[in-house]
This record gives sequence, structure tokens and C-alpha cells, in this order.
Amino acid sequence: MANQGTLVVALTQRGRLLPSTYELLTCGRAIADAAKEPLAAVVLGAKASQFAPDLIARGAEKVFVVEHPALENFNDELHAKAVGGVVAKEGLARVLVPGSVAGKSLAARLSVALKAGLAADASQVHLNSSGLKAERGQYSGNIVSEVEFRSPVQIATVSPMAYPRAEAQAGRTGQTVAVPFEPGPARIEFVSYQPEESSEVDLTAAERIVSGGRGLGTAEGFKLIREFAQSIGAAVGASRAVVDSGWIAYRHQVGLTGKSVRPKLYVACGISGQIQHLAGMSSSGTIVAINTDAACPMMEIASISVVGDLNELIPLIVAEIKKRKGAPAAA
Amino acid sequence: MPLNIIVCVKNTPTTNNVGVDSATGKVKSAGLTYAMNPFDEYAVEEAVRLKERVPGSTATALSAGPESSEGVVRDAIARGCDGAAFVSAADLDVNNPFATSYALAQAIKKLNEQKPVNVVLFGKNSSDGNSGVVGAEVAAWLDWPGIISVKKIDSIDEKSATVWRMMEDGTDVIKTSLPACLSTVKEINEPRLPSLKGKMAAKKAAVPKWTLADLGIKPEDLSGALSAAVVARSSPPPSRPAGVRVEGASAAEKARKLVDLLIERKLI
Ligand SMILES: Cc1cc2nc3c(=O)[nH]c(=O)nc-3n(C[C@H](O)[C@H](O)[C@H](O)COP(=O)(O)OP(=O)(O)OC[C@H]3O[C@@H](n4cnc5c(N)ncnc54)[C@H](O)[C@@H]3O)c2cc1C
Repeated sequence: MANQGTLVVALTQRGRLLPSTYELLTCGRAIADAAKEPLAAVVLGAKASQFAPDLIARGAEKVFVVEHPALENFNDELHAKAVGGVVAKEGLARVLVPGSVAGKSLAARLSVALKAGLAADASQVHLNSSGLKAERGQYSGNIVSEVEFRSPVQIATVSPMAYPRAEAQAGRTGQTVAVPFEPGPARIEFVSYQPEESSEVDLTAAERIVSGGRGLGTAEGFKLIREFAQSIGAAVGASRAVVDSGWIAYRHQVGLTGKSVRPKLYVACGISGQIQHLAGMSSSGTIVAINTDAACPMMEIASISVVGDLNELIPLIVAEIKKRKGAPAAA
Repeated sequence: MPLNIIVCVKNTPTTNNVGVDSATGKVKSAGLTYAMNPFDEYAVEEAVRLKERVPGSTATALSAGPESSEGVVRDAIARGCDGAAFVSAADLDVNNPFATSYALAQAIKKLNEQKPVNVVLFGKNSSDGNSGVVGAEVAAWLDWPGIISVKKIDSIDEKSATVWRMMEDGTDVIKTSLPACLSTVKEINEPRLPSLKGKMAAKKAAVPKWTLADLGIKPEDLSGALSAAVVARSSPPPSRPAGVRVEGASAAEKARKLVDLLIERKLI
């Protein structure tokens, strides 16, 4: 019998579900509905069973739980073995994996193990009469390609923030299945984890980002950016120019050689919008540009643009936000 | 003990600003110029640094692609690799990671038979296909451990390596047995430019050239691998809707109007 059914891979990291899991559930739900099949999820971790009710409340009808201490931290071989085992045993057809570091590494291994076609970093995955289709960017987002599959099992890693997060709905029920797992000898050993020293939000999962560029003038300019970001609960991003100047750490860099982000709101302050920066953020929901140069590329692509000196504008904007947010909720 | 290091490199267009032929849905490749994938420069540099760290080690560059892309492995020699091997495969779609990783894995097997390989390095992703899965797939084909997003090789000997993996929320420190495949990120080093001496060596180097048949890859294996996932068509990205400019007589007025808009659109 041909493979059928859709599986969402729910990865845990530091004992928590990756936030993009809920985005995969939205994507998977639509595919399962189109196929008129139930939606399954597999959750992996040292303590994975606790997440099954949440996955069910957010749309999974069957949750496979692979709980084992060896799955506490990501190990490409072990995670692929666990997910591959479920896919093979259940004869599943479609596997949705988070587009995170762990997810990508897992999907690649799984693809070879199951001889399954893989579309990496898909911005859209849907099912139509001729099968599963994945849309993904190539050439840094300058072209969008539609991927089709010919293999019995089909895998896509889905870019973070490409789908809204599935909400929990009361009254949803589903089945939980504990899957026995024997890791076997491991060739990779987890030594330690070093968290980011700051408590700043992960850029790729951020709903709002405020970014600064060379227009800040000096490293101190990032004080303004941080205040702005704080006032709206945003993560802090940066252009390569300021990362290379040592004004801020590389992990904040957005763009071709930095992170790809797609927040609902991206505010670019003093960033000219060179193609390598746009490559990392042009699929954001709303782009706000603040720049002295009314004609620079960032101002051209922006959804909302403000011409002016950021040193003058940002403090005024922050003050206005504090004033408005402090006031009783307006209509 | 010296290391036998392989570094995989790809020849990619020097620009991302490519067009699509609307009739065929294919990328317009006429007139494009090619060079080493910028992300691979970090992998090559790391191979050379490992060589410098562990005396007696060798670094060999490997690439698969059309005959015209052989220059990319010579560029790796110019950047400090000792030698290279090239898989000449006109039928291989190098933007198909599944098939490309299969071909590279077969070539690495051959190199491994000649002299046991300790580590294979890759760039983060290619600047054209953008998938970023070839290194991990090669590891899977070879049944070796694979680690992506490597930002530091902390310690290494011929049997094991301790590496730092850059995650979304920090750094994982991982010890892996070797041989293994490691995909690097930009943070790992700062690549040097090719040296004059390197360029001379690159010109003179005898680069073994293999066909897919030489690697034991049958035409049906290749077509099977190529067809698992295929790009049906490509198009330019949808253009963004036209924006609005916030006007105002003073900065304060602009600030107020911007905040109005953000609240109105429920963005903050
Ligand atoms: C291979 C390669 C990879 C790259 N990868 C990346 C990447 O990942 N990410 C990235 O960002 N870049 C990347 N770049 C670099 C990119 O080409 C640009 O150089 C960089 O993005 C420019 O940064 P910027 O916009 O901050 O600086 P600039 O281009 O110098 O722009 C500064 C802007 O600030 C404005 N400004 C000045 N003063 C003020 C003020 N007082 N108030 C308001 N506005 C002001 C100016 O009008 C200008 O628009 C890459 C380049 C290459 C070649």
C-alpha cells in the first residue's frame, strides 16, 4: 500500500518544545485536511510525554512519544533513527520538520535513511491534486522554486515564522502512543551547553525585530536600538556593516551571511538595504524603514518609511510608545 | 598522528541577482560568471588551519559538477589545500542536494579506500541552491556522524574531535568520533586570500578526474536520486505591496504618526 498520512516532528531543545512546532501544526493541519487524513506528530526528548496533550490540543490526532535520556540533546543519528522508525512502521508519507539547526540536520539524515525527497527551508508546503508541493527560496530569495516529489516518503523543513502558530482548542482529543527506543552505541557525545549570555529573544523565532545599521554612527547607537526593541518586545538585529565594525555580536546579524528572519514587524534603522541584507528579511510581514536617505533600497521596499535622523526620531518614537501603551487601552 | 582532511567545494554564480525565463520557469544561466561558493571559503580555510595545527596532515578539495567547474578545486589549492579530486558529471544537477551528496559520498569512499579519511568539511550552504543539507546528507550516505553549524573545532586527533555547534539559543559542545562530516558556519574563521605560491601550485596540480561510472554510480542510481525531489518551476518572488511614507512637519509629528500606524495595524 502506498504511504499515507502526515507527521509533524516536534523537537525539544533544553527541555522545551521548539516554538516553531506550533507553526508546523498549522501547516500540517491544512495538509491533513486536504488529504482527508488524520494528522500525527512525533515528540522526542528526555521527558517528551508531557507535551502530548498540548500537541493534541493544537491539532494533532495521534502523538507518538519517543522518550529517552539519549534524546535530551540533539544527535543527528539518534533523532533520525527515532523519527525514521516511526515513519517506516506507520507507513507515513509526509514529514514536516522545523527549519532549525537541529531540524535541518535531522531532515538531511532522514532523507537518506528513507530515500525520501527533501525540500529544505520551505516557506510554504501544501497538497494539491498532483501531490505535495513545497515552495522554497533559492539565490538568497531572488527566486522562488516549487519543489515536487517522486519518492514514497516526502520531507520538508519549514522556515520558522512561515506559518502562524496553531492555537490550543478545548475539546480536541487524540491518541498518545509510547514508542520504545533503543539508542544503541552513540558516536556523538553531548558535552555541554553554553547559553547566550543575554536573555535576548532568538531572532529566527521573533515576531518583532528592531535592527540597526551603520546609520547609528557608533557602537553606542545600539543603546537606542535596544530601548526601541524593549519598548515593543522585539529582538535586536543588525546589518553586517555594524557586526564587522564590532558594534554588536555576529549572532544579531541578519542577511545572506547572517540569519534569515520573517517577523511580523521588522524595523530597519539606518540600514541602506543592500541585497545581502534584504536576503535575510525581505519576507517579513511589515517592514518599517527609518533613514535619512529617502531613496535608499530599504526605503523603497518598506511598507512604512520615515525620512529623518534616527538619533532624533527613535527617542521620540519610544516616548510616544510608552505614552500610548501606558494609557488605558484605547479602541 | 596526521589527519587526512577532505573539503567539499562548489562552483556557484558570483551573483544572486538571477532572472527566470518565464516560458520555461528555469533560472537564466546565460552570461553568469562562477567562483567558489563564498561559504565554502570558510571550510577551505578551516581545512588549511587544521593542517597547520596537526603537522603532516593533508587537505584535499573535492567537487562534483560539470566539466567547466573544475577550476573551483584548483582555487582551493590556491587557498592552501595540498591537492584535489574532481567528479566530472554533466548529468548531475548540482542544485539537487540529494543526488549531489550521493555523488560526493561515493567519491569520498574512493578517497577513503586510498587513504583513510578523518574529517570532511563543508560550507554552511551554497549561495545558489541555499539548501544547506549536503554535508549532513553525505554523512548519512557514508554512515558517519554529521554535525552542522560548526563554529569551532576545539580539539581534534585522528579518532575524535570536540566541536562547538552554534544553535539558535547558544552553543552545544559535542564530541564526535572520526571520521565525521562537519558543516561550518562563517564564525569559524576569517579566510585568507589565495597566495601567489598557492596559485602557482594550483596551476601545476594534477587533479584526478572521475566520472560517475568510475565511482560505481549507475545511470539509474543517478536518475533515481535526482527525481526524489525536483524543482518543477521557478519564478521571481512576489513583489511587496507599495509602502506608505510617514510625512510630518517635525520629527515629533512623524514619530506620533508612525506609532499611530503601528497601533492601527496591530503590530505593537
Ligand atoms: C558576500 C557578502 C555577504 C554579505 N552578507 C551580509 C549580511 O548577511 N547582512 C548584511 O546586512 N550585509 C551583508 N553584506 C554587506 C552588505 O553588502 C552591506 O555592506 C551592508 O548590509 C551595509 O550595512 P548598512 O546598511 O548598515 O550600512 P550602509 O550601507 O553604510 O548604510 C547606512 C545607512 O544609514 C543611513 N543613515 C546614516 N546616518 C543616518 C541617521 N543619522 N539616521 C538615519 N539613517 C542614517 C544611510 O542613509 C544609509 O542608508 C554582505 C556583503 C557581501 C559581499
